[in-house]
Amino acid sequence: MAILTTEELIIDIPGRASGAPLNLSIEPGQVWGVLGPNGVGKTTLLHTLAGLRVPRSGLLLLDGKPLTDIRRKLVSQQMGLVFQDRQDGFPATVLETALIGRHPWLSSWQMESGEDLAIAEHALQSLDVIHLRDRLVNTLSGGERQRVAIATLMTQAPGIWLLDEPTNHLDLQHQTSVMKLLRRQAASGQAVFMCLHDLNLAARWCDQILLMFPDGQACWGRARDMLITTALEKLFDQRLLTAELDGFPVFVPG
Amino acid sequence: MPISDFIKPMLVLVLVSLAAGVLSVSIGSTAIDLEDTLRVLTGGGGALQQTLILELRLPRTLVAFATGGLLAVAGALMQVLLRNPLADPYVLGLSGGAAVGAMLAMLAGVAGFLVSGSAFAGAMLATLLVFGLAHGSGSWTPSRLLLTGVVVAAGWGAVITLILSMTPAGRLPGMLYWLMGDLSRATTPWPGLVILVLVCLLVFPLGRALNVLARGSLQAAALGVSVRSLEWFIYLMASLLTAVAVTMAGAVGFVGLVVPHMLRLVLGNDQRLILPACAFAGGTLLMLADTLARVVIAPEQLPVGVITALIGVPTFLYLLYRSR
Repeated sequence: MAILTTEELIIDIPGRASGAPLNLSIEPGQVWGVLGPNGVGKTTLLHTLAGLRVPRSGLLLLDGKPLTDIRRKLVSQQMGLVFQDRQDGFPATVLETALIGRHPWLSSWQMESGEDLAIAEHALQSLDVIHLRDRLVNTLSGGERQRVAIATLMTQAPGIWLLDEPTNHLDLQHQTSVMKLLRRQAASGQAVFMCLHDLNLAARWCDQILLMFPDGQACWGRARDMLITTALEKLFDQRLLTAELDGFPVFVPG
Repeated sequence: MPISDFIKPMLVLVLVSLAAGVLSVSIGSTAIDLEDTLRVLTGGGGALQQTLILELRLPRTLVAFATGGLLAVAGALMQVLLRNPLADPYVLGLSGGAAVGAMLAMLAGVAGFLVSGSAFAGAMLATLLVFGLAHGSGSWTPSRLLLTGVVVAAGWGAVITLILSMTPAGRLPGMLYWLMGDLSRATTPWPGLVILVLVCLLVFPLGRALNVLARGSLQAAALGVSVRSLEWFIYLMASLLTAVAVTMAGAVGFVGLVVPHMLRLVLGNDQRLILPACAFAGGTLLMLADTLARVVIAPEQLPVGVITALIGVPTFLYLLYRSR
């Protein structure tokens, strides 16, 4: 269980005005969705939250302690990130790829134990890629790789899950199963914070929403307060038709 | 990685390198059969055979082992560092810098230790030059480092040609042999062996961190690796290994590129296995190559660099062809 808070955080996007500072509190049990048009800084925000980029100003606190004061290894036990792009310069199998998620938990001389292997296999099972365990990652399809990447994060088992467009390349069935998995993680005490492009996925699965506007403005809050048609139309500069199905709002380009 | 996946290949490699070592000291202008060789190596045998094997052939065999091991480990480290299987100390211009250092010393007419020292200084200078320039004012990326290395290496090549063209004819053969890689000048294997063991002990515990780094620096940072300091350390270690190898044996090409590659195709890409395996496989390859270099046109000797290229290129192409 970990809480990530930002105090007056302004992410650093070269050549753009600072805009509104973010005062977020990402807490156990929450599922956050970040919405915004291309190039608005969603990925930069995720990397900044993970401590991989220096913010222009403001503070990041992990359980009340400044992120920069905590050793990277300890940070990576608390917080993990699924990247949008991955490097497969060297071939590795699916199982090896998932197992690197155990890195933060092992000392230099330690080999992965049977327990680590079991954690990785359970993650591969949850993401429905266990049948690929001995395949080379670079021979997989985009959607399969995406699921392996999420399985790696699950193997890392951090308290805070940051995901950059986790449903990229996924077919409908796996989009749903990944979202269900993320909700289950949140229900068991993890915090999930993800960038999404699909308004309807956000509406269906997220309970907190952050809207990022191109001019650097931002607003955030409970999903039902944020997913207002006029605000979303302004966000994407696109007229939207709205309906309600089974109690969830549905948005279609108008 | 189960421990047996580690022990088995290492055991095979250790045995193969021991066999190659015995073969290397028993073959030569006077062939000594296996039984006598083993007798000498275990402390017996005749006086002549003892001199031949222990004083003449064994030091050279150990130099070959050390040089091959140093270059192969250096190559494996560079490839992970640059996330590029084409990286190698030679591609990055390290050996070019060492060659220029050594040749300038030879041109000035000095010999022995000063040539070695000058080669070492050249390799370290090349290291600083490439890393300094690749760092530049902007970000530090593997492709930028690789490109800088390639261009700087081309620059060293030009300087080498310039030095060769200015050198009096009488001094040319020594220089040429040095450029082609030659084990006959090395006097003692101990500095190389000691550095190889020390660096390996420093680097092997980093194996898993290197596995993570191979997935990209951002992913590594997200998994708790302090990327910048690890990258600097790896680069310095690889440079040190290369500088020591080049100083001992001149510019022996191909070992740093081919050996890690061959091992990755066979053993997979776990650096905890690949790095120690490289030390033994690289050493074995160079011992065998040097044995060939001594006997192919005996009593004349070929530069060992010619042999490594002649063995390395087809082996490499074959493995690449049949790989998944």
